[in-house]
Amino acid sequence: MEFLFEQFITGLSIGSILLIVALGLSIIYGSMGVINMAHGEFIMLGAYGAWALKAYAGISLFPSLIIIFIATALLGALIERGVIRYLYRRPIDTILATWGIGVMLQQLVRLTAGGELRYVEMPPSLAATVDIFGVDVSAYRVFIIIAGAALFAATWMLVNKTTVGMQLRAVVQDRSIATAFGINASTIYTGTFAYGAGLAGLAGALVAPLKSVSPEMGTGYVVDAFFVVVLGGVQSLFGTVASSVLLGQLSGVLAYWQNDTVAKALVLVGIVILIRFRPQGLFVTRVRT
Amino acid sequence: MAIRRRSFLTGTAALGAGLLGGFPHIWIKDYSLARAAGGEIKVGVLFSLTGTTAIIEESLNKATIMAIEEINAAGGINGMQINAVVEDPASDPATFAEKARKLVVGDKCVSVFGSYTSASRKAVLPVVEKRNNLYFYPTLYEGRECSKNVIYTGAVPNQQQDEFVPWLVEKFGKKFFLIGSNYIYPKEENNYCKKLLEKLGGEVVNEEYVPLGHSEFSSVINKIKSTAPNVIFSTVVGDSVVALHRQYRAAGLDPAKMPMASLTTSENEVAAMGGDAAAGHFTSAPYFMVHKSPENEKFVAAYKKRWGDDKVTHFVSEACYFQMYLFKQAVEKLAQSDITPDGIREAIKGQEYVAPQGKIHLDKENLHTWLWPKIAVAKSDGQFEVLKDSAEWKAPDPYAAYPNQKCTETGLKEA
Repeated sequence: MEFLFEQFITGLSIGSILLIVALGLSIIYGSMGVINMAHGEFIMLGAYGAWALKAYAGISLFPSLIIIFIATALLGALIERGVIRYLYRRPIDTILATWGIGVMLQQLVRLTAGGELRYVEMPPSLAATVDIFGVDVSAYRVFIIIAGAALFAATWMLVNKTTVGMQLRAVVQDRSIATAFGINASTIYTGTFAYGAGLAGLAGALVAPLKSVSPEMGTGYVVDAFFVVVLGGVQSLFGTVASSVLLGQLSGVLAYWQNDTVAKALVLVGIVILIRFRPQGLFVTRVRT
Repeated sequence: MAIRRRSFLTGTAALGAGLLGGFPHIWIKDYSLARAAGGEIKVGVLFSLTGTTAIIEESLNKATIMAIEEINAAGGINGMQINAVVEDPASDPATFAEKARKLVVGDKCVSVFGSYTSASRKAVLPVVEKRNNLYFYPTLYEGRECSKNVIYTGAVPNQQQDEFVPWLVEKFGKKFFLIGSNYIYPKEENNYCKKLLEKLGGEVVNEEYVPLGHSEFSSVINKIKSTAPNVIFSTVVGDSVVALHRQYRAAGLDPAKMPMASLTTSENEVAAMGGDAAAGHFTSAPYFMVHKSPENEKFVAAYKKRWGDDKVTHFVSEACYFQMYLFKQAVEKLAQSDITPDGIREAIKGQEYVAPQGKIHLDKENLHTWLWPKIAVAKSDGQFEVLKDSAEWKAPDPYAAYPNQKCTETGLKEA
C-alpha cells in the first residue's frame, strides 16, 4: 500500500511538471492555432529570470515569480504584435518564425548570461520533506503539484468565468462573427499570447530549483509540452490536465518496471498509436472553423 | 598537362631528396606532409566553443591556449614558436571529423589537441589514423581503445576505480546502485565496477541508465529508496548530474548514509549544481583544484590570472595543460626535420613531466598516461577535500575489464 502510494506520488510529480510546462502552450495552440516553437525558450527565460533576480537583486523565488510572469508576458505581447500577428492562418510560416525567435533567444542568453550551467536556490521553507501517509515526499514536489493545480484552476476560471474569457471563446468559435459583435479580436489574441508566454516563464522559474538551467534547456520541455497537448486534444484544457497526469503516471510506472530510457520510448510509441486511431486527441471541444 | 608534369617532377625531386636525407618513411606515405616548417610548429586545437558541450570544452580550450602561451613566452620549443590553429567543431561529431581533416590536411598541423566526448573522439579517430597524425585526448574515458594515433592523457576505468571501489565498500558497504547516462562510457565503467565488486563480494542492487539530457529523477530516486543501497555509483553526465543531485537533496536523502560516488563530477559540475547539493558526495579523479603541490599552485594562479578569478580548474583542464608540456618535451628532443607525427610519437613514449597532480609518465606500450588517482569529497563551498591520495602512480590499462586483450606497442593483442 505504502509502495503504491509512493509510486502514485512519483507519477503525480512527473505529471505536475508536465502540466505546468504544457499549460502555456495549450492556451496558445488551442485558442489561436499558433504552434509556438519558442515555448521552450520562454520557459528557459523564466528559469534564467529566477536565477538572475536571485544572483543580482537578491530576490528569492516566490516574489520573483510575479516579476517573471509579468516580464515574460510583456515579451510575449511584443512578439505577438511584432511578428506573429502577420502570420495568422499561415501555420508553416508561424512555425519557422517562432523557431527562429527561439534560436535568437537562446543565443541572446548565451551571449549575455554565458553558456555555463546555472542553478536556482530552493526556497529554504520547502527544502525539507513532508510526511504524507508514512511516505517522505519532497516539500518542493508537493508545492509543484499544488502550483500546477492552482495555475490550471486560475486558467480555467479566466477562460470560462470572466468576460475576457467569454470574448476569447467567442473569437475561437468564429472570429468574424465575434468581431461583428464588437469584440476586438486582435487585442484578445495579443492578450492570450502574452498570458501563454507568462505561464511558460512561470513554469521555467518553478521547475528551475529541481533541474539545471542552461540556454538549451527549453528544447526538452517543448517536446514534452507538445506530447501533452497533442494527446490531450488541442482545444481542451481538461484534456491537458488529464494527459499530463496520465503521461506522468505512465512514465512513473514504466520507469519503475524497466528504466527511464525504456519508459520514454514506450510512452512515445503509445502516443503515436493513440494519435493514429484518435487524431483529435483524448478530449475534443467542438468548434466551428 | 604541363602542371601535372611539373608536379610530378617536383614530387620525384622531393622523393629523391627525402631518400638522400635518410627519412624514407615520410615519403613512402606521400600524404604525411605534416611537419614543422618556417621556424614555427603548427598544432590544431579542437574544442567546441558553441553547442551543448561548449560549457565544459571552453575550459579545455582555455587551459590548452594558456599552456601554449606559456611555452611561447618562455622562448618556444628549441627557438620555434607554437602556432595554434583553433577550430570550433560546435559539439557535433561530424563537424569534429571535418575540422580535424582541415587541420591535418589543410593546415598540415603536426598534432591536434581536442575532444571531450567519446563520440567526438571516435569521429576524429579515422581521420588521424588515415593521415597518420597524432591526436592528444585529455578526457577520462571508457578505455577499450588501442590506437597508435592518439595520446591519451585522461584516466581509464582501472585508474579511477581500482582504489575507489574497495574504499567505498570498506567505508559504506557492499550494496551498490549503478546509475549512468545511456551511452558507451557509463556502460563500460559499470562493467568494470561489477567485476571489482564481484571480487570484493559486493552486490549490485540495480543498474539503471537514463537518456542523455534526462532531468526527471523521481523514478530513480524512488528505486534508490526501495533498494536501500550503501553507495550510489554514478556515471551520469552533463546537465543530468545537476538535476540528479538537486532532486536527491530535495527528496531528503542523506549523503552520510547513502552517498553518491561519481567518476564524472568535477569542480565544474559542482559549480553548476551549487555546493549545498554536492556536499558529502565523493569523486575519484587524478586531479582536484585543491591538490597541494607547487606545480598546482602555479597552475591555478596562472589560470585565474589569465581567464578570471571566478574560474575553476578541473581534472580534464589539468590534462589539457600538462599534455601540451609533454608535447613540448617530445618535440625538444627532435631535429626540425624530424618534427612529424611519427617523430613526435616515438619521442613522447616514456616522457615524464611533473604535472599539477604529480609526476606523470606516458606509457610506451599503449600511449596512455600513468596518473595519480585521488578520492575526494565535495564540500558546500564548491571545492573538494582530498581524503586519499594514491601512494604511487597508477599504470593505465585500457583493457582492464577484458583480461584476454592487451594494448601493446604493435597494436591490440588477443591472448
